Amino acid sequence: MKNFQVGIIGGGVIGSAVAWELSKYKIDVVVFEMGSDVASAASKANSGVVHSGINSPPGSLKARYCVEGNKTFQALANELGFDLKWVGKLVVAKNEDEFEELERLKKAGLQNEVPGLDIIDESEVKKREPNVSCVSALWVPTAGVVLPYQFTIALAENAAINDVEFLLETEVTGLNKKKNHFLIKTNNGDFQTQIVVNAAGVHCREIVSMVEEPDFQVYPCRGEYLVLDKKYSGLVNSMIYPIPVEESGFLGIHITPTIEGNVLLGPSSELIDDLGDRRTTKEMMNMLLKEAREIVPALPDRAVINAYSGIRCKLTSPESGGWADYRIEESKNTSGLINLLGIESPGLTAAPAIAKEVKNLISKHVELTAKKDFKLKKRKGKRFSERSFRERSNLIDKDDSWGRIVCRCEHITEAEVVDALSNPLGARALSSVRYRCRAGMGRCQGGFCSQHIVRIMRERFGMDIKDMKLSSPKSYLFHGRTREVEDDQ
Amino acid sequence: MISREVDVVVIGGGPAGLAAAVSAKENGAKSVLVLDRNSWLGGILPQCIHDGFGVEELGVSLTGPEYAEKYIDMADKNGVEIMSDTMVLQFDKNREIIAVNKKGIHRIRAKTIVLAMGCREKTRWNAMIPGDRPSGIFTAGVAQAFINLYNVMPGKNVVILGSGDVGLIMARRLKFEGANVLGVVEILPFASGLPRNVVQCLDDYDTPLFLNHTVTYIRGRERLESVTIAQVDNNMAPIPASEKEIKCDTLLLSLGLIPENELSKDAAVEIDSATGGPVADQDFETSIPGVFSCGNCLQVYDTVDMLSSYAKVAGKNAAEFKSGRKQKKKSVRILAGKRIRYVVPQVVNESGSVSFTFRGEKPCGASTLYVKSDGQVFFKKKLRFVNPANMIQVKIDISPRLLKSSKTLEVSISEK
Repeated sequence: MKNFQVGIIGGGVIGSAVAWELSKYKIDVVVFEMGSDVASAASKANSGVVHSGINSPPGSLKARYCVEGNKTFQALANELGFDLKWVGKLVVAKNEDEFEELERLKKAGLQNEVPGLDIIDESEVKKREPNVSCVSALWVPTAGVVLPYQFTIALAENAAINDVEFLLETEVTGLNKKKNHFLIKTNNGDFQTQIVVNAAGVHCREIVSMVEEPDFQVYPCRGEYLVLDKKYSGLVNSMIYPIPVEESGFLGIHITPTIEGNVLLGPSSELIDDLGDRRTTKEMMNMLLKEAREIVPALPDRAVINAYSGIRCKLTSPESGGWADYRIEESKNTSGLINLLGIESPGLTAAPAIAKEVKNLISKHVELTAKKDFKLKKRKGKRFSERSFRERSNLIDKDDSWGRIVCRCEHITEAEVVDALSNPLGARALSSVRYRCRAGMGRCQGGFCSQHIVRIMRERFGMDIKDMKLSSPKSYLFHGRTREVEDDQ
Repeated sequence: MISREVDVVVIGGGPAGLAAAVSAKENGAKSVLVLDRNSWLGGILPQCIHDGFGVEELGVSLTGPEYAEKYIDMADKNGVEIMSDTMVLQFDKNREIIAVNKKGIHRIRAKTIVLAMGCREKTRWNAMIPGDRPSGIFTAGVAQAFINLYNVMPGKNVVILGSGDVGLIMARRLKFEGANVLGVVEILPFASGLPRNVVQCLDDYDTPLFLNHTVTYIRGRERLESVTIAQVDNNMAPIPASEKEIKCDTLLLSLGLIPENELSKDAAVEIDSATGGPVADQDFETSIPGVFSCGNCLQVYDTVDMLSSYAKVAGKNAAEFKSGRKQKKKSVRILAGKRIRYVVPQVVNESGSVSFTFRGEKPCGASTLYVKSDGQVFFKKKLRFVNPANMIQVKIDISPRLLKSSKTLEVSISEK
C-alpha cells in the first residue's frame, strides 16, 4: 500500500489546479483520474471562457472566486505557457425590452468590481461585430478565452514535473476514514492518505457517500456544443452572449471565437438522469444553430466540423430555483475530507482561486513548507505552423522530424506528435495527442494523421496495436492485427 | 530556405499528379518536379489492392499498386523528379511554392503549377449524426489503409453508411478478412457507387443494401456498441417508426469525397461550389494563369483510368504554357442547367473541340442532352440513361463564331 499526504480525486481543471498549487510545497500528493487523461470530462467540454464575474450574484462564492481567478489568469498563462486571448464579450439585447437586462447585468458586474463595463449602441456593435444583429450590448473587456483542455493539461503536467503523482485510468471504488488517515480503494490497488480532496466533479456525491450520508443532491445538466470550421473564424471577433435567463444561472447559447480560430456554438442546457450521458442530439444541434442564427444571421450552413457535450454539476433542482453556490469546505463529520461541490460555470475561471482556498484548508492539518526547487516549466512555445520560415528551418536543422507534417489540416509535425506522446502524465490515448498538439482536430477530423500517429506510437513508443485507445480506458481503436505475420511493421 | 526554379511543379503524386508529370515531360517541359506529402507515390492506389484498374485505359485489369507502379516507372524513365514526404504549405499567384520536408523549407519558383492534391473523405459531422462519441468510427478510406497498409483490423461487426465506391469495396474486403458486414445504408433511393461494385461487392456476398435509409444515432460510451438506422421519406427526413438498432462495433463512413483545395483557396484560385474544385477552362487552367488543375481535386472522377487521361491533357497544357502569352480573350461561362449537378470545364475561352464532363442530378432513363447558347440549342445528344454515379463525357465543337456571340452556354438534360 502506498502512502501519500494528500489524495486528490479527479484530474479535471479543479483537481489539476489543486495539484499544481500543492506541488509548490513539500508534501506528497497523488491524483486519481478514472479517465485516460486529465481533463477527460467537463473540463475539456466547456466554452473555455475566462469569465469576468458579471453573471454571479454579488457576495456569492462563484462571484468571489471568479473575479479572483480572472485576475490571476494572465500571470498563469505567462508562467505555464498556455494560450489566452482577452477577446472580450458582448451581451446583446435583441430588442428594446431586453435593454433593461443589460443595465441589471452591468449593475451586478459593478458590485462584483468587474472593470471596464460599457453599454454600447447598435452602430457601435456593428463597427466591432458586423455580423451581429442586436439593438444594444454590454461590453465586457475582461472576458477571455483559453483552450480548457490545454489549461488543465498545463496545470497537471507542471504539477507532475514537481513530483505530484498522477494515476490515470484509476477509479476510486472505495473510501474509508480510519482514525488518522483515509483508506482509498481503486482498480489499481489501495492507497493511504491523510487528506482527501474530492474534486470528482459531477461524481462528487458518489465520493461523499462512500464515507458519510451526503446532505446534497447532484443534478447533472448536459450542455451540447457545435464546432465550426476555421474558415468561418471571421464570423465574430469577441464572445457574443444573449441575455441570460436569470433564475436558472444559465448563460444561454453563445458564440465563442476559440483560440484556434474555430467558432463554438453552445451550450444547450438539459437536465438528465445519467452522469455519464455525454451524447449529442439532433434536437439540440438544430436548436443551437437556430439560436445562434438569431444573433448572427449570416451563420452558414454546413459549417460544422464537430459536436460534443459536457455535463454540468448542479446542486439545485429546477423546482428550487435553479441556482446554487459552490461548496468549498471540509466535511463537518469527516475530518480531512475536503469537498469541492457543485463546481459548474465559472469553474474554469475560479479554479486557481479555489485551489488557493483548498491549500489554506489543508494547511490546518499539514504544515506546508514551500519547495526551493519548484520548477515552472513552460510548455513548448509556438507551434511549427505559427513560426517564421527561418525559425522552422532552424528547427528542422536540429531535428528533422520537424520537417515531417503528419496532420495536413493543422500542419502539425512528427516532432510535435512525439512531444505530445512524451508527456509527463504518461497519457497515450489518441485524444491525448489531439489535445496537446492539435493533430486530428482539423476539418478532416483525423482521417489523414491517425495513421501517422498510430505509426509513431508503434515505432517510437513501442505501443501494441491492441492497447491503442481513442480517449477512454476501453475505447479501443482496433481489433488487433488483420493476421499474424512475422516482422510486421 | 532552399531555393530553386522548375518548369512544371506538380502538387500531389497520386495517379493524377503522376500522369500530369509524365505527360508534361513528354510534351517538352525541361524540368518536372512532383511534390507529395506521403512517403510513397500513387496516392490512394497502394491501399486499393482490389483489381479493375486500367481496364479502359490499358486494356488490362490491374490492382491499385500495379497501376501505380506503371506510372511510377514512366515517371522514372522520363526523368520526372520526385520529392516525397514533402508538404506544400502554400503557393501564390506568382507561382512561388513553399514546401517543407526533412531537409528544410523549400522555396520553389515554377513556370507552371499543376494542382493534383486529390480529395478527402466526408466525416461523421458532414452528416451531423448525433449520439455518443465512441471509438470504432472510421471513414472507409482510413479503414482501408489500416487493413491493407498497416495490417490492422478496424473491427469485427461492421455497418457501412454510404454506398460510395470505397464503402462498397470495403464491404467485400472486410468479408474476406472474416468480419461480419451487417449492411450498407444509403440515404438515396439508389447506390452512389458504380453498379458493377454493387453487384461484385454486395450482391455476390449477400450483404444487404438498405436504400432510402440512414444512420440516425450512434451509441457506445467507449467503443461503438450499436447504430440506429431509419428509413427516410421523400425529403430525406428519417421516419421515426422505422427506426431499428443494429448491434455493431464498427461504423464505416462512405459519405462521399471532398476535393482538397485548401492550398488553392489560400492562393485565391476561384472555386466552383458545385464540384468543390477550381473553376477550369478547356485547358484545365484555373483562374490563376499558369496554374492548372487535374484529378480529384478538380472533380471527383469515377475511375482512375478516366482521371489519368484527363490529367495527361492538363500536364501537356502545363508544359506548353508560355508565360507572358496573350491573355485568353473571350471567356464564356458554362452553366449547369436542369438535371445537371455540374459541368467541367466551367469556362471556355478558345474555339475548337472541347471535352465536357458532367454529372446528372438523379438517375433517369433515356434522355436528351441539350447545350444552349444564350437560350438557343446548338447541340443535342441522346443518352441511353443517366446515373449520377456515371460521369458523362461529350466532345462539343465550339466554333469561333459561337464563342464570340455567346455570353453563357448551358448544359441540361430532359427525360423522354
